[in-house]
Amino acid sequence: MSARTTAEASGTSGGEGLARAFYRFRQNPLSLVGLVLVALLLFLAIFGPLVAPYPEHLAGEVSVLDRFKPPSAAFWFGTNEVGQDILSMVVAGAQVSLLSAMGVIVIATLIGTLIGLAAGYFGTWIDEVLMRFTDLILTLPALILAMAIAAGLGPSIVNMVIALALAWWPGFARLVRGEVIGLKEEQFVVAARAQGAGAGRIIFRHILPNVTSPIIVKMSLDVGFAILAVASLGFIGIGVRPPTPEWGVMLSVSRSNLPHFWWTAIFPGMAIFVAVLAFNLFGEGLRQALDPRARR
Amino acid sequence: MLSYVLFRIALIVPLLIGLSLLVFVIGRVLPGDPAALAAGPYATAEQRAAVAAEFGLDQPIAVQYWDYVTGLFEGDLGRSIMTRRPVAGDLALYLPATLELVAASLLLAVAVSIPLGLVAGLTANRAPDMTISAGTLSAMSMPQFFLGLVLQLIFAMWLSLLPLSGRLPFTVAPPPAVTGFYTIDSVLAGQWHTLWLSLVHLALPAITMALAPIAMITRIMRASTMEALQQDYVRNARALGLSIRLILFKYVLKNAASATLTMIGLYVGWMLGSTVLVEKVFDWPGIGLYATNAILNQDFNPVIAVTLVIGVIFIATNLIVDLLYGVLNPKVGDR
Repeated sequence: MSARTTAEASGTSGGEGLARAFYRFRQNPLSLVGLVLVALLLFLAIFGPLVAPYPEHLAGEVSVLDRFKPPSAAFWFGTNEVGQDILSMVVAGAQVSLLSAMGVIVIATLIGTLIGLAAGYFGTWIDEVLMRFTDLILTLPALILAMAIAAGLGPSIVNMVIALALAWWPGFARLVRGEVIGLKEEQFVVAARAQGAGAGRIIFRHILPNVTSPIIVKMSLDVGFAILAVASLGFIGIGVRPPTPEWGVMLSVSRSNLPHFWWTAIFPGMAIFVAVLAFNLFGEGLRQALDPRARR
Repeated sequence: MLSYVLFRIALIVPLLIGLSLLVFVIGRVLPGDPAALAAGPYATAEQRAAVAAEFGLDQPIAVQYWDYVTGLFEGDLGRSIMTRRPVAGDLALYLPATLELVAASLLLAVAVSIPLGLVAGLTANRAPDMTISAGTLSAMSMPQFFLGLVLQLIFAMWLSLLPLSGRLPFTVAPPPAVTGFYTIDSVLAGQWHTLWLSLVHLALPAITMALAPIAMITRIMRASTMEALQQDYVRNARALGLSIRLILFKYVLKNAASATLTMIGLYVGWMLGSTVLVEKVFDWPGIGLYATNAILNQDFNPVIAVTLVIGVIFIATNLIVDLLYGVLNPKVGDR
């Protein structure tokens, strides 16, 4: 009984709702472009080493004679200062970028959702304390906070992901709290409470399922910005270090090759741009399809 | 109104205490053993102890925090481990450079995005709007450091139209320091050539930093213009035959101003965060570059200080924005 009410309240959990959401998603050609690009990025992230034209270059097996080759039929994106094929590096970079960005968003979502659920449901001083702490984190730009935490934790990919997630969760906490405050007076929550359900059961069985679609929308929108943040930290020199093929690191190294060997900068930069754009388009499409308020 | 202002200022005190605690935990507690970092990997136990004593790191954490906070009131932000210079002096040197860059980008962003958003809102879903909206979506996805590199490549390296980096050429002395803004100081000193040079040096980094805010503010402006055009009083004014220009300035812009103002408050924080990237690309000697170098050297006092300063600027900007919002929107100020 309660499970059914929950599904109805969300409006998108049922098969019919999903079909309708997908129909709305398809209405916007830009969303479809985003979907195709996201699928391509995921494909590269999983099968990158198999499709890279020169996988041996990634391991450092290069010829000095191939240094700084401009884009050609053999090297579509040219080669860099040690003779590595840039296309292969860009393809391999998709894995690093997507994995770390998704790691950031998943951890941030977990922290933010738990804090938002607790603050929104219990209210009173719990809400007050949790939200003041959230506001405090928000006074610092995420990039600065992540840099400072990453510096404290020491340089590594895992620490960078943790640092970004610790700077990223407040957005999720605020989103979830707002939704929960709206939901907790709804009939199905009141009914569950009347039946004697405990706080944990109400929160996770009745409220959480109804918050999932805004959470998923924010996650998909944020992956793009997390890719940007990962590349930014790589560019600054915190987080991913050379020779790991990461787009921001590649761009940072390429600075000393300009202006003559422009392709060493342009292609990794374009990769970041396209990846962020893909998730922005996809996330925006998802928002319009799933969020009834966004449909105007 | 005055009681509202005082109330808002009082609200800031706990936020500032929290901020100082937060940056202290990140900068001093997270790294574990700052003295070992400061003394370097080959230091002996005695050398490490000497460094710890010099920077007060041998005291209990609570005492260290107390010393740090009392130091703040005297304008003492500690010393850099690398250079042994007082951090407050360094900040006085680098902060104006950052503020000048942020102010220039903010002016540029507002000047460009308000007309753009207005045009997009007025031509909603027609060609000009489609072009502007596609442009804003792309601009939001553009990594700043990549944009900066591309601008350098085109305008500084290939076309040689604008300088590559820095605030002034090495051969030109900065104007006598009054505000620390080279543009304003050169006007005050009547050094017109220096003013011109500092403006051309400012151009590329300011454009780089302004692009994403331009995109965001344009979108907000577009949405609020469209919303304002739907309002009954605007439709009524149009039906009565008021000129579209009068309606725009009297109703639409006024309505859109408060929404845009809130965005600007948020964007100052975002811009301060992005200074670390833009300043690195353009070798702009501001607090972003200072913080980056400090972080790479694990020099904790400058990191704490820069984080604190950025947090304080963000809090202050939002206070000002909220108060201005109250002026624009009297309903808010009456609380």
